[in-house]
Amino acid sequence: MSAVDEVFAALKRRGGRALVPFITAGDPDLEFTAQVLQVLDRSGASVIELGVPYSDPIADGPVIQSSYTRALQRGVKLAQILDLLRHIQPKLSAPVVLMVSYAIVYRRGLEEFVHQAQAAGAAGAIVPDLLIEESEPLRRICTQADFSLVQLVTPTTAADRALRIAQASMGFLYYVSVTGITGERDQLPQQLREQLGRLRQLSPVPVCVGFGISRPEQVRQLAPVADGVIVGSAIVRRVAQVQQRPAEEVLQEVGGFVKSLAEALQGS
Amino acid sequence: MQVQVDVPDARGRFGPFGGRFVPETLTFALDQLAQEYAKAKADPEFQKELEELLRHYVGRPSPLYHAQRLSRQLGGAQIWLKREDLNHTGAHKINNTLGQALLTVRMGKRRVIAETGAGQHGVATATACARFGLECVIYMGEEDMRRQRPNVFNMQLLGAEVRPVKSGSRTLRDAINEALRDWMSSVETTHYILGSVVGPHPFPMIVRDFQSVIGRETIRQCQEQLGRLPDVVVACVGGGSNAAGMFYPLIPHPQVRLIGVEAGGRGTAPGEHAAPLSFGSPGVLHGSYSYVMQDEDGQTCPVHSVSAGLDYPGVGPEHSYWKQTGRVHYTHCSDQEALEAFDLLARTEGILPALESAHALAQAAKLAPTLSPKEVIVVCLSGRGDKDAHEVARLRGQQW
Repeated sequence: MSAVDEVFAALKRRGGRALVPFITAGDPDLEFTAQVLQVLDRSGASVIELGVPYSDPIADGPVIQSSYTRALQRGVKLAQILDLLRHIQPKLSAPVVLMVSYAIVYRRGLEEFVHQAQAAGAAGAIVPDLLIEESEPLRRICTQADFSLVQLVTPTTAADRALRIAQASMGFLYYVSVTGITGERDQLPQQLREQLGRLRQLSPVPVCVGFGISRPEQVRQLAPVADGVIVGSAIVRRVAQVQQRPAEEVLQEVGGFVKSLAEALQGS
Repeated sequence: MQVQVDVPDARGRFGPFGGRFVPETLTFALDQLAQEYAKAKADPEFQKELEELLRHYVGRPSPLYHAQRLSRQLGGAQIWLKREDLNHTGAHKINNTLGQALLTVRMGKRRVIAETGAGQHGVATATACARFGLECVIYMGEEDMRRQRPNVFNMQLLGAEVRPVKSGSRTLRDAINEALRDWMSSVETTHYILGSVVGPHPFPMIVRDFQSVIGRETIRQCQEQLGRLPDVVVACVGGGSNAAGMFYPLIPHPQVRLIGVEAGGRGTAPGEHAAPLSFGSPGVLHGSYSYVMQDEDGQTCPVHSVSAGLDYPGVGPEHSYWKQTGRVHYTHCSDQEALEAFDLLARTEGILPALESAHALAQAAKLAPTLSPKEVIVVCLSGRGDKDAHEVARLRGQQW
């Protein structure tokens, strides 16, 4: 059982739901990322997604794209991100999973990547451009290492394929709420609740939903039909304000926002 | 390693290269495209419609022209030009866009998106969309919009919307990112007409197949005009679509030497060229596994070429496969050599080549004097150079 499995097992025992916030590593620098990670942890995060900046992220909207660009312009490297994690992970109660492009994983070497990430304290990884057909070699290594390789299902995924993906997913299954890229949405698709309900029935692992979710009322709507809720751009946008505003103020706002999401999740 | 022509396999692999590395959202559309293409390929009606369009709309077959004054001046092998520049819209790109526009109609989609670097693929896509009454959006890097201004107007005149891409290096690579992001949201109603032999399966195969008309005609014309196959065939390689189309039918003819020419830019240091097969390493970019210019973390590196159509950090997976098997030799020519070849062809033959194609010419010009006058080099003249006149003048500090 990886640390992610343990979190979901504990939540299941008390009928809870997971809050999974996302931030970009190194935006605007790794020192600030370390502070934000602790704030997320204190404010109710169950699992934290740490985004490894990538030069060509095609699944990401403008907010996460520009956070990646800022981090890369500062020259952030994978080794530095893993160093940060090694240093900060013992202070966190929530496990950290890396959101990382296959371009980066492949370049490092599949085995080296998993072992280095795990040694740094990561509990798993989400590789958004690694389809089920191509994921077998990495999955074998992750299974052996008990490192959760989270797979994704989207609204355009056919039912039989969704089942295969769910069966291969480790830790949890990531359901992408919209046909599109990351970023806040005023409205989530009408059929989302039904789709999630169906997916949860067939999935052997917990199902978390992400993409487009940015407000406590959306979290409240989705909590009854999901095992967890993932929030990215809405947090990254707030973190990015540190370029114009005092760090303390930004950390407080991020903490307050994540708390409001956690409360919405608990209260429903 | 023995080269195969029966590639890619069902997973889109050319040897180890290719495949599909994209978000799950796109799987549905890529499967749909692969299925529709398989059906179309087996459908004589589809083949007939495409052939008629290529003949009467594009003006195929494009001539194979003996550049005698150029050959004499270089002193050595005879240079023949496969005149893709004479196609409707002035480049080889139309061969692919008409084929994919027909597939778009067959899939019942009404909207098309595309990326463009030099603007040739953008113009060819806008043209095909106008011809079939499809809505058309073209993504183009701001830097490329500046240096290929005439093509921006052409696309707009053809009814396409040109969306400037301001992210990253504001060139072809960023235009592909932006087109893929559009497709992530519009995949149910939109077809992405990718312009090169890059991207996730089945694009590298489909684009190669549609472009293979170049190589098939070249073989036939060589037999008719020369009574034999050429000794050497040279083509420029950015993503590699004209080279793939020229080379693929020639792969099973080992007596023909095949040379792919990448953009050598200003030098061999990283960032100074756009030559991943010469200086890069295997990695993942834009949905496929192939040679790419990347740093030690797998981040894509900046590249440079005077030619917007070659200014790309990746290359089609089949080229990586041909490199690995040794069937094709890949080399590079510099900005300066390409500009000199541009002038040379203009003045000896009265033909302005695209700066992309000028890279292939530059290599032929280096090679010809080392061969005997009995030997034949075919150069794929992939596009015309009118679009580059403005940029060439600017590089020389001339007002235009």
